[in-house]
Amino acid sequence: MTLPPLRGHVGLRAEAGRGPSREVVPARVTGTALDLSISLILLQDGVVNAAIYALLALAMVLLFTVTRVIFVPIGEFVSFGALTLAALEAGHMPGTAWLLVLFGLAAAVATLWAERRNLTTRIWLKTLGETIVLPAAIVGLVLLLAPLKPPQAVQVALALLMTAPLGLYMYATVYRPIAEASVLVLLIVSVALHIALVGLGLVFFGAEGSRTTALSEASLALGDLVVSGQALSVLAVTAALIAGLYLFFERTLIGKALQATAVNRLGARLVGISPAFSGRFAFGLAALIGTLGGILISPLTTVYYDTGFIIGLKGFVAAIIGGLVSYPIAAAAAILVGVIESFASFFASELKEVIVFMIIVPILLIRSRGALVLEDEE
Amino acid sequence: MTPADGAAPLLALERFCVAYGRVEAVHEVSLNVPEGSIVTILGPNGAGKTTLLSAIMGVLPARGGATFRGAPLGRRSVEERVQDGMSLVAEKRELFVTMSVEDNLRLGGFRRRGTAAFDEALEAMWRLFPRLDERRSQLAGTLSGGERQMLATARALMSGPRLLMLDEPSLGLAPLIVKEVFRIIAELRRTGVSILLVEQNARAALEAADYAYVLENGEVVLEGPAADLRQDERVIATYLGIKSVAT
Repeated sequence: MTLPPLRGHVGLRAEAGRGPSREVVPARVTGTALDLSISLILLQDGVVNAAIYALLALAMVLLFTVTRVIFVPIGEFVSFGALTLAALEAGHMPGTAWLLVLFGLAAAVATLWAERRNLTTRIWLKTLGETIVLPAAIVGLVLLLAPLKPPQAVQVALALLMTAPLGLYMYATVYRPIAEASVLVLLIVSVALHIALVGLGLVFFGAEGSRTTALSEASLALGDLVVSGQALSVLAVTAALIAGLYLFFERTLIGKALQATAVNRLGARLVGISPAFSGRFAFGLAALIGTLGGILISPLTTVYYDTGFIIGLKGFVAAIIGGLVSYPIAAAAAILVGVIESFASFFASELKEVIVFMIIVPILLIRSRGALVLEDEE
Repeated sequence: MTPADGAAPLLALERFCVAYGRVEAVHEVSLNVPEGSIVTILGPNGAGKTTLLSAIMGVLPARGGATFRGAPLGRRSVEERVQDGMSLVAEKRELFVTMSVEDNLRLGGFRRRGTAAFDEALEAMWRLFPRLDERRSQLAGTLSGGERQMLATARALMSGPRLLMLDEPSLGLAPLIVKEVFRIIAELRRTGVSILLVEQNARAALEAADYAYVLENGEVVLEGPAADLRQDERVIATYLGIKSVAT
């Protein structure tokens, strides 16, 4: 029994056909009771999805603490990352190439305008190098490699290389000029950017969904539970990324500079850490994480140009539970979201989104009673 | 030493104005900080002293002339002014409270990370502030008021400034620690750093400084060598808050 996928509201595991032992049939349809083996499968699915939500939640916390931006368009990085990889796998030129050139041009204009008062040769070269030469070089590389159907690792690298720089260009074009605006204005701009990007996604990727082949075909039998290689890859990549982020923030001065901007914006400026530096870095990192999330999801579910939004929103639920400031709480909340979603899809599959987003209501009630108030400005 | 002596001053303000919207907080202030000197700005609460320092640092926008090391400051950003060799210890210290003492110091040298000067500066700070050395891994938010002041000063020095601006370094500190702060200020001058000092504790400030300005209601009402101002009846009266220098 397979439910037709709901366009635009496709959760991570709304589709069946994921291997003989992985099909979860709604209990209501078959009357199947929840036994141990089904629980384990649900738990596994939940944790795998949770890992991706956790990545997105961490990226949102990072971006909010450093720049005060609630980055709604992170979902588009998920979509674009997945669709770029799918196109590369099919041997096509991904539509991301055009987006990259387009956003690069916009960023060039915006950056040169922002720096108009001290346009040295160095700034000209640096700006044009980053916004014109870099996209051109990436597109050239993809033109060269894409028809050759390179190994999967190369495709993944190309997908990251094509999609993640969009984050830098968005910062330069959209967020940097209004960096001092209130959180509310930044949020409204984020929503507008999200809507624009979904439209651009439809133009450049088309309405069809894609799914990529699994990163690993291996599987591991643990008693009753068969753990797929893809599930293990997702968990391994997520764990590695979280460890990498931890080391970056705790062991490098640039990581500490981002933290410093989050802790005390004026203090950071007084030691010479410019908001533009931190902002660029944070947006670049968040875009990279979002793209990676898309690449990890792409073999698990069919991704459409607008699928990322709902996935990003679940990451956002986790980030909100962490108050948009706590990395560990956000990561733990992501696991909760993933597992609740997984069990909800077993008991009431058509209500699973409702159930997941309902979690946020009691959390908001509890948090708004506590001392934690998200200050608009410090 | 007076601003008239010798070469061009390190910092020169010419009819410098700072406004919050339509309210002018600093009006046509002209002020010089000669190379290697300690200059102090005295004045009652609300005179515009903190505003003036913030504007020199580029945190607040200003009008009028301002040159630093011979070049106009114009619209250079705070970060660029740090790069140029300016450093401000703000009244609220602006520390990274959730981070360790050592991390705060390292971030102070962010603009010259990875250089030999960075490592030397860090070593110099541990020597200059042994108390901070003892508390390297303690979180900045758990330090006492005096230690916070020392950390903020050390952090500001990590960028290797030519001009160090101190906003109320003795505010809220016990007398013994105030003494220590002024000892360090005197020591800093020997390393070639020029200092622009805003202080409520006028007696200590006038003892440490070469030259002084008195700011009231955003305007300079009196200036002169610190030694002269120490003898000035009007200044003595203002310390005690009996009457205004201008009247």
